[in-house]
Amino acid sequence: MAQYEAVIGLEVHVELKTGTKIFCPSSTEFGAAPNHHVCPVCLGLPGVLPVINRKVVEYAIKAALALNCRIAPYSKFDRKNYYYPDLPKNYQISQYDLPIAANGYLEIEVNGRAKRIGITRVHMEEDAGKLVHQGSISTTPYSLVDYNRTGVPLIEIVSEPDMRTPEEAAAYLEKLKAIIQYTGVSDCKMQEGSLRCDANVSVRPAGQTGLGTKTEIKNMNSFKALQRALQYEIERQIDLLEQGEQVVQETRTWDEDRGVTLSLRSKEEAHDYRYFPEPDLVPMVISEEWVNEIRSTLPELPDRRKQRFVRDYGLPAYDAAVLTSTRELADYFERCVELYNHPKTVSNWVMGDLSRMMNATGTEIGDVCIRPEQLAGMLQLLDKGTISGKIAKTVFEEMFRTGKDPEAIVKEKGLVQISDQAVIEKVVEEVIANNTKSVEDYLSGKERALGFLVGQVMKATKGKANPGLVNKLLREKLGK
Amino acid sequence: MISIKEVEHVALLARLELSEEEKEVYTKQLSDILEHARKLQDLDTEGVPPTAHVLPLQNVFREDRVGEHLDIEDVLSNAPEREGDFFKVPRIV
Repeated sequence: MAQYEAVIGLEVHVELKTGTKIFCPSSTEFGAAPNHHVCPVCLGLPGVLPVINRKVVEYAIKAALALNCRIAPYSKFDRKNYYYPDLPKNYQISQYDLPIAANGYLEIEVNGRAKRIGITRVHMEEDAGKLVHQGSISTTPYSLVDYNRTGVPLIEIVSEPDMRTPEEAAAYLEKLKAIIQYTGVSDCKMQEGSLRCDANVSVRPAGQTGLGTKTEIKNMNSFKALQRALQYEIERQIDLLEQGEQVVQETRTWDEDRGVTLSLRSKEEAHDYRYFPEPDLVPMVISEEWVNEIRSTLPELPDRRKQRFVRDYGLPAYDAAVLTSTRELADYFERCVELYNHPKTVSNWVMGDLSRMMNATGTEIGDVCIRPEQLAGMLQLLDKGTISGKIAKTVFEEMFRTGKDPEAIVKEKGLVQISDQAVIEKVVEEVIANNTKSVEDYLSGKERALGFLVGQVMKATKGKANPGLVNKLLREKLGK
Repeated sequence: MISIKEVEHVALLARLELSEEEKEVYTKQLSDILEHARKLQDLDTEGVPPTAHVLPLQNVFREDRVGEHLDIEDVLSNAPEREGDFFKVPRIV
């Protein structure tokens, strides 16, 4: 492995969150009955004329600016010709030689090392329809076509071949997704197909500057699939070279179940798209004024927000990176801090208990029913000594499940911390009387035995005794 | 001159099935057309900006407002075959 180096570039398709399609006023709403969101334009009926949706151009420019691209002053659409039933026109309207934007980059960090990944171009195009097969594509007797997705606006973001490992590729995709989500032009949900990723991969002996023969990998539907597919493909290509064979330039598909990439079609039979300028759409001249207007609507992006979290909240870089990984999570954190000004404490709860419960229940931050006011309220109860740290975890879990206010939960479940000295004293005396062995151990110098005794008191009070007070009283009673 | 192989390739891309005689005819005709068009190469285009589009128009946009959808029966009226509200097509790999 060590004497080879992989070269990876990604092509990412992102569905834009407009209300209507790119070239016609059909709805883009997800989940409609099949073929109910179509019109003569997206069906490609004879005599129709496409007209570009202004919002698509605006969103494409917005995303491209967030990716540090240069916006083209002059841009046009082209026809990409191919026969496949997912496209009723037998061509896809895309952009070929004059894309809306080019020459961008984004920054990734892998194993503490920062790296800049170049973005070659960003272009606009229409999505194709959806084919429904009966079982697998190779054995289905026929296919069913739903054209609702036909004409939904996409941007394709093509990276430079700047990545060297599957980890770098995943980091690039994560960052790309975060940036696009921050701009609000797309949901970027991989499982729903609003973010799709293909990869170009080749390997070469370390130190060689020329590129090896590449393959294109498709059908990777998650970040994990992307990494696994790339790892497999890199090893497959190295094995070929080691055996004195050649890598064939071809398109391969990732088979998630079997964990392998399989040949789809080789270069010889590769598509000959015969691009030519789309005569039905007129060119776009993008003024600097419009670009600046769109630039002024860009939100604070992940890298800047992360830096601010470190600077203004004094958070470790790791916390800041995790908290700013999505706009929703960062917003949630900041609302909590507005109400309870101890950023590191809030960060610990958000990254600890909240993330743990979100993962365990498969909940997205947008669906978490603990409101920032409630998390802040719970932390204030903790500060006031109304509840102990241990009880706080119980309250937190209950808030997560029910969305009830922390005060209500504490009252309902009788979780108020016992700080009445007389009550605790009584329990302490009982525990001392019932655990003579531990008491002797402690008195003979075994400090650890005290922990056990504290635990017994907590157990007897169902975790409600004030732990500081228990400690103090135990030490006093045992005369140390 | 273009070859019969190129004609076969273009026919395949256009999903056209040609007889042997047709291939011969089209090879000759397409060659003549290309030869005719090649005359453009002799023109002096120094100082002429590249043309991406022939219409003297730009920036024709529409607003992002939902319009009318076609009735499902109209949508499927030209479908060779249907199943429920879907178009039904042969398996294509």
